[in-house]
Amino acid sequence: MAAATKETSRAAGGAPRTQPPRRIMQTVTLIPGDGIGPEISAAVVKIFDAAKAPVQWEERNVTAIKGPGGKWMIPADAKESMDRSKIGLKGPLKTPIAAGHPSMNLLLRKTFDLYANVRPCVSIEGYRTPYTDVDLVTIRENTEGEYSGIEHVIVDGVVQSIKLITEDASRRIAEYAFEYARNNQRSSVTAVHKANIMRMSDGLFLRKCREVAENFKDVKFTEMYLDTVCLNMVQDPTQFDVLVMPNLYGDILSDLCAGLIGGLGVTPSGNIGANGVAIFESVHGTAPDIAGLDLANPTALLLSGVMMLRHMGLHQYAAKIQTACFDTIKEKKVLTKDLGGNSKCSEFTTEICRRVQDLA
Amino acid sequence: MAAHSAVLSVSRIINPIWGRHLGNTVKVFGTTLTSHRNKTLHVPPPAKYGGRHTVTLIPGDGIGPELLSHVVEVFRFSCVPVDFEVVHVNSALEAEDDIDNAITAIRRNGVALKGNIETKHTMPPSMKSRNNLLRTSLDLYANVMHCQSLPGVQTRHRNIDIMIIRENTEGEYSSLEHESVSGVVECLKIITRSNSLRIAEYAFQLAREKGRRRVTAVHKANIMKLGDGLFLQCCREVASGYPDITFDSMIVDNTTMQLVSKPQQFDVMVMPNLYGNVVSNVCAGLVGGPGLVPGANYGRDYAVFETATRNTGKSVAGKNIANPTAMLLASCMMLDHLKLYNYANLIRNAVLTTMNETRLHTADLGGQGTTSEVVQSIMRIIQSKGQLTADI
Repeated sequence: MAAATKETSRAAGGAPRTQPPRRIMQTVTLIPGDGIGPEISAAVVKIFDAAKAPVQWEERNVTAIKGPGGKWMIPADAKESMDRSKIGLKGPLKTPIAAGHPSMNLLLRKTFDLYANVRPCVSIEGYRTPYTDVDLVTIRENTEGEYSGIEHVIVDGVVQSIKLITEDASRRIAEYAFEYARNNQRSSVTAVHKANIMRMSDGLFLRKCREVAENFKDVKFTEMYLDTVCLNMVQDPTQFDVLVMPNLYGDILSDLCAGLIGGLGVTPSGNIGANGVAIFESVHGTAPDIAGLDLANPTALLLSGVMMLRHMGLHQYAAKIQTACFDTIKEKKVLTKDLGGNSKCSEFTTEICRRVQDLA
Repeated sequence: MAAHSAVLSVSRIINPIWGRHLGNTVKVFGTTLTSHRNKTLHVPPPAKYGGRHTVTLIPGDGIGPELLSHVVEVFRFSCVPVDFEVVHVNSALEAEDDIDNAITAIRRNGVALKGNIETKHTMPPSMKSRNNLLRTSLDLYANVMHCQSLPGVQTRHRNIDIMIIRENTEGEYSSLEHESVSGVVECLKIITRSNSLRIAEYAFQLAREKGRRRVTAVHKANIMKLGDGLFLQCCREVASGYPDITFDSMIVDNTTMQLVSKPQQFDVMVMPNLYGNVVSNVCAGLVGGPGLVPGANYGRDYAVFETATRNTGKSVAGKNIANPTAMLLASCMMLDHLKLYNYANLIRNAVLTTMNETRLHTADLGGQGTTSEVVQSIMRIIQSKGQLTADI
């Protein structure tokens, strides 16, 4: 039916009114991942196809291989593809316990210096949680802080973990947060910290945030203690807009916010790197128990793809796909099991594709 | 220990008349018993003079002073045999004399009730958080918080009943920081085997005492393998000695996610300092806010009671709108600790009746009541119980 209307519009006059100008295809590195990764990636590709988004996928696999010098790294073709395309979409990667190599996510983070983890949390109409009207973004410093991995046993029975805060990393994340706020029309940025206890480390982070705030007078800047944020977040999440914080607090708060809107199965996430590289990913696990059974929910990866489109400036396509996805969920007729329905992944995907084409 | 106090009370009756004659005998008797007691467990004598307890009161900043004055008022009204030794701590001064005085007073009295002392983080890093200093000096290693859904308070989640036991002295709150090079700061998180075993032991003991079925350890051992790994290992070791209690563990980010979706699944939770801060604030928010939940800090020798979320409440200070419930319930916990159970139950029931039945709520719960109105209501309920009361 969509094709028919296109035909008629083309036949009506010389220049078809509804057809967009010649699209430049942008390359995106697609990393399907493990477990349910391949099937949800296929679903996303199908939906993007239906939306006719100008995206050309380059599929690559990421595993840990030992390079020269004994350092763990990702395969060369994956790195080359990402460096070229600068944009990636990634499914869940598994890290087997006691594998001898660090987690795949950590490896990717180190390879591309992915310093900012961005998670927009928006309440999904149709997927009810006790919290409605959530609309906030958590921006988490992703390279240092409590996750520096520097630990030692000082004497038997006494362990020391080092939390590292540097001026450069703090400034970088603060700048990203304010730029994000400005580019996405967000009104305020709140720095989350515990400077009353960790005076020097969080104090440094806070100072850098304050300095950067001076250059972004159009965005309101506030500071709040971590415990106050947690307390207020579960009572009234609508008071928060953009939150910027060091690594550990970011980890906890971003998952807290994901819980507010319905969990990791519906939460998008993006990682911004130093050289313009951006990798968008779904943050749920590989779900090996349902892998290959056409039961997976592709929403998280799809919304991450939408985030990616926005990052690429393709707002129209992003809006189309997002609306189609949310409408499908709101309608409640075709839902995967985790969303409360009993449809298959392919059925859910087809439904979204149909809506996307209708919206064209 | 019971025998000792029996001897002492007898000696008090006899002494006025026979004084010096029997004094020596009683002293000898007393010494033998004391030395026997020292061999088992040294418990400092209670600051109980003439049947009245003395408790250190630290008003703190923000809403602390006004809430504590209400506690004093309610105690006076209910004729509770507790006298308060007030110690002021000025948070603006860099010198540590004030807090040292407070600590000495708590050592003397054994029990304290406190408001939160503000930490201005614009001061130099050498000036440590006064609250933290108090906790570490007195080795108040266990912070206990009991979050329960109250029937009179509207919240998104119902039927929450979680006990949170948080390690209170080490972890991320060790205040050990240094700037190695300009612009690079290291902050040390210390986890020790002895403290982890101690807090785990406390958690399981408390769980057993209260008849709880499950203890969950909250950690981030997948990232902090050595630090939280040690904590988790200690919890497992202690758990093996309590086969009647189920033990499991959960990573902190998953925990917060579960708390906002299904908080009913949790029973007792034990965790290191920082996660305790996050989880206790999340739970307090889930049951209705910072004005409702009392908290207690227990050490081997001392106990300090305060509100669970330790807020200074600067924005609501002096406006007569703060919620007195948390502080009053904390004072009831203190009365329980002093074994004044009747008074504790009397005040606690009055507070909960006001909260749940008369539904007189302060602004933080969406009500219109002022602090004084709530306190008056509580005192009226106490009076109606027929106990001896002073004038309002």
